[in-house]
Amino acid sequence: MSLLDLTIAQAAQALSAKKFSAVELASAHNAAIAALNPRLNAYITVTPELALAQAQAADARIAAGTAGPLTGIPLAIKDLFCTAGVRTTAASKILEPFVPPYESTVTRQLLEAGTVCLGKANLDEFAMGSSNITSGYGPVENPWKRNGSDAKLVPGGSSGGSAAAVAARLALGATGTDTGGSIRQPASFTGLAGIKPTYGRCSRYGIVAFASSLDQAGPMARTVEDCAILLGAMSGFDERDSTSAVRAVPDFRAALRRGVKGLRIGIPAEYRMDGMSAEISALWEKGVAWLREQGAEIVDISLPHTKYGLAVYYIVAPAEASSNLARYDGVRFGARVDGEDLIDMYERTRAAGFGPEVKRRIMIGTYVLSHGYYDAYYLKAQKVRNLILRDFNNAFESVDAILTPTAPSAAFGLGEKMDDPVTMYLNDVFTVPASLAGVPAMSIPAGLSAEGLPLGLQVIGKHFDEETVFAVSAALERAAGFTALPSVRAE
Amino acid sequence: MSLDSATVRRIAKLARIRVDDAEVGVLQTELNAILGYVDQLNEVNVEGVAPLSGGAQMAMRLREDLVTDGEIAEQILANAPDRVGQFFAVPKVVE
Repeated sequence: MSLLDLTIAQAAQALSAKKFSAVELASAHNAAIAALNPRLNAYITVTPELALAQAQAADARIAAGTAGPLTGIPLAIKDLFCTAGVRTTAASKILEPFVPPYESTVTRQLLEAGTVCLGKANLDEFAMGSSNITSGYGPVENPWKRNGSDAKLVPGGSSGGSAAAVAARLALGATGTDTGGSIRQPASFTGLAGIKPTYGRCSRYGIVAFASSLDQAGPMARTVEDCAILLGAMSGFDERDSTSAVRAVPDFRAALRRGVKGLRIGIPAEYRMDGMSAEISALWEKGVAWLREQGAEIVDISLPHTKYGLAVYYIVAPAEASSNLARYDGVRFGARVDGEDLIDMYERTRAAGFGPEVKRRIMIGTYVLSHGYYDAYYLKAQKVRNLILRDFNNAFESVDAILTPTAPSAAFGLGEKMDDPVTMYLNDVFTVPASLAGVPAMSIPAGLSAEGLPLGLQVIGKHFDEETVFAVSAALERAAGFTALPSVRAE
Repeated sequence: MSLDSATVRRIAKLARIRVDDAEVGVLQTELNAILGYVDQLNEVNVEGVAPLSGGAQMAMRLREDLVTDGEIAEQILANAPDRVGQFFAVPKVVE
């Protein structure tokens, strides 16, 4: 087996058994990236020398017997995490020259665990998008192809570079962030597992902010177990994030062995949308059968405000974004375009630095927060958000977890769904409600579409009960036996 | 609620984003499509429902009001597009 095809768990075991070194593992990935990244554009910035230096340090730890389960594991880091001394762009031209002087908490914890940074993964600009096409550094190509077609497909978004890198064997795992589905939807589009943990589980310190009440970091990897290993290292209380939860980090990996016997799994009627494709619906039914066969009890539930999730999201997220992105003014960091006076400089800097989707969202956010419209839009959306949270809280009085599809379709073609912004937004219809409620949710690869593309199922859990999410996801993974591989991958 | 072109220009001004005349029409169409979509929230009865502002199921934590860092002017200025000594430099604002 190639070093590139290992899971994180397998690689860790082989490293500790000294079957190969962390330097060999990093070198194999550096070479794969050099060969394939020019085509896929999964990384905005590659850091081969940094990777080798970190791999050498990892080998020293392994030799000294102080290695952990992530020591020497090469990862792609979404270019939304500030990395000290390594350019961080958020896929925006406005941050093209930005080299952070500090490290995000999540990446600092991963470095302390001994991981190796292969580079900074591409994404939608400021994580705003569902296809990676809004990146200021070019779109990412999904390594999966439809049967008998070479047409370029999107990897999903916003963590599209992270997803493509892991699927194409250009990293063993990756960090992502999820505001409305940005880990789960690309995981579904590329045949990966990915979890958005409970809001507050991972520190937001040093992650370029999009919508602060929704943004959460999480891992993307080839197996549920690899996600559990990564999330363990990424989680934990951080005093530098005022919404970080004071909670001990459980042993997520141990939860994989729990099984689902006796668990009550909710199937929400409202996710059975009009016009849902037959194959998505059939996959969902399969997931239900897999869990029932393993001893779970299936319960029909109702989440009555589901259909309003996207509308709430497209008020709340742009409102927070318009406020967060006010900092990009060409004064303290980032790109600047000179103007006739200070205001003109701000306006020219932001016009040149932001792409069309980011401008749209800033303007929507500015409007819904403006005098006279705040109550009609923003306040109203916050109230409906509370109803969506209540829906989940009510459901979780009678079930332990909820099973839904991750996305309404398989990966689509580059250039499709571009008719108007709302068509693209509909991608997130199944993932947004869990983000609004702050509950953990995971996507697991569960099957292939008729066209040969991966499809994911989503498991949603109670606040801070990622362990049940992992237990259910592992049961689905065992039953699905998903072994298909993308046609474009490093070997 | 439908935005006219004057409102689009006013929002752009508030957002400090320069828009060309050609862009106003495109933005007007796109923003109206989004606002048209979110208008469905008017169907929802929210009487007596408190607004949910945060994602965390907890009160915002406050830390002690103490200085926890400092003396890092060079780090802070390292990314400045323009600087004069230990200051960020901007176009003249006072004649």
